[in-house]
Amino acid sequence: MVTGHEAAANAPNAGEYVVHHLTQLNTTGHVQSSIVDFGIINLDTVFFSLLMGVLGLFLMMRVVREVTSGVPGRGQAALEVLIEMVANQAKSIVHSEQSRKFVAPLALTVFVWVFLMNSMDFLPVDLLPWMWQTLTGNPHAYLRVVPTADLNGTLGMSVSVLLLCFWYNIKIKGLGGWVHELFTAPFGNHPLLYIPNFLMQMIEFLAKTVSHGMRLFGNMYAGELLFMLIALMGAAYGGSAGLTGPLLWIGHVIAGTGWALFHIFIVVLQAFIFMMLTLVYIGQAHEGH
Amino acid sequence: MNLNATLVAQIVVFFILAWFTMKFVWPPIMKALDERATKIADGLAAAERGKQSLDLASKRSAETLREGKEKVAEVLAQAEKRALHIIEAATVQARLEADKVVAGAKAEIEQEAARVRESLRERVAELAVAGAEKILRREVDAKVHADMLASIKQDL
Repeated sequence: MVTGHEAAANAPNAGEYVVHHLTQLNTTGHVQSSIVDFGIINLDTVFFSLLMGVLGLFLMMRVVREVTSGVPGRGQAALEVLIEMVANQAKSIVHSEQSRKFVAPLALTVFVWVFLMNSMDFLPVDLLPWMWQTLTGNPHAYLRVVPTADLNGTLGMSVSVLLLCFWYNIKIKGLGGWVHELFTAPFGNHPLLYIPNFLMQMIEFLAKTVSHGMRLFGNMYAGELLFMLIALMGAAYGGSAGLTGPLLWIGHVIAGTGWALFHIFIVVLQAFIFMMLTLVYIGQAHEGH
Repeated sequence: MNLNATLVAQIVVFFILAWFTMKFVWPPIMKALDERATKIADGLAAAERGKQSLDLASKRSAETLREGKEKVAEVLAQAEKRALHIIEAATVQARLEADKVVAGAKAEIEQEAARVRESLRERVAELAVAGAEKILRREVDAKVHADMLASIKQDL
């Protein structure tokens, strides 16, 4: 009984466990207090997104180095299927051959990168944080391993897409043409409508970008959270009396398996949606209102 | 859920990764895909050409076969005609030869007969003379009556 009390005092309760897991490892070493602070960088997000990006490029480069126009190997066939899929989507959405030279590879990068970053969710939720805590010797060290479950990661990408939209708007329509469009569309070319038009355009850009980033973030954040709750259910096994313990353990196995399987689908789907929206928004930048 | 400079870092990483893919990943794969499409198109065209030339060749071989058969028939007919001709010629030749032999034999026989007749005639004359001599031992002188004897011989 005594040891049980001590363990309960030392072990974090469910709320602490979740909050701890959802705290980024940033340059300050403690929880960011203000909502927006550009003096801080989340080291874990930067590290894992870079790692996944480099891993994706490395895997693709391995295929590219042995690429052949003859009979393709399995790796090449797989990459070709992926590239054909992306190229066809790009062709049907972005109607500019010149732009596609950059936009299509960009869409491929986005898909592969987001897919790999989302896939970090498949690792046991406590594995990498535990390794990190062991490595640093600090049992309270923070670490979040899914870069797309960090709003900075997803908004960073959606803002990049927004910047590309600005770039292609200016490139295709000219600066004057674009400014003209900003004030005359979508309601019409009338001096009274200039302000509503411009406000509408701004809202549109903002809504696109925020929803683009938030959609992916929300899905991955919720997925991560659910994995933590499932892990908590399994962890409660030790402290429960009677049948409750084994039932919790079985619940952990069933829920963990089910959610992991479903999450495979979410990971791919969200990567695909992110890629498609990237193409759609850039495609819209090519078309007049 | 707080925003910070990670966002900027992510933007930078985003563009670097996209640039890298555009530069080093996309073009070789696309090139390989295009090249393979060209190869397949070429292969299909070659197969089509092969099929056409096969058709042509089989047509030509049938033509040649037909020509050969015709020639064989022609040669056979010619050979038959020739054989008939040769047989005919040989028959004629043989008949001529036979006729000649028969004619030669006939002439020889006739000659022999004439010769025999002559010698018989002479013998008859001699016998007649000898008979007459015996009959007319005294009165008839062979030398004196030579003319007469000769005319008798002629009449025989």
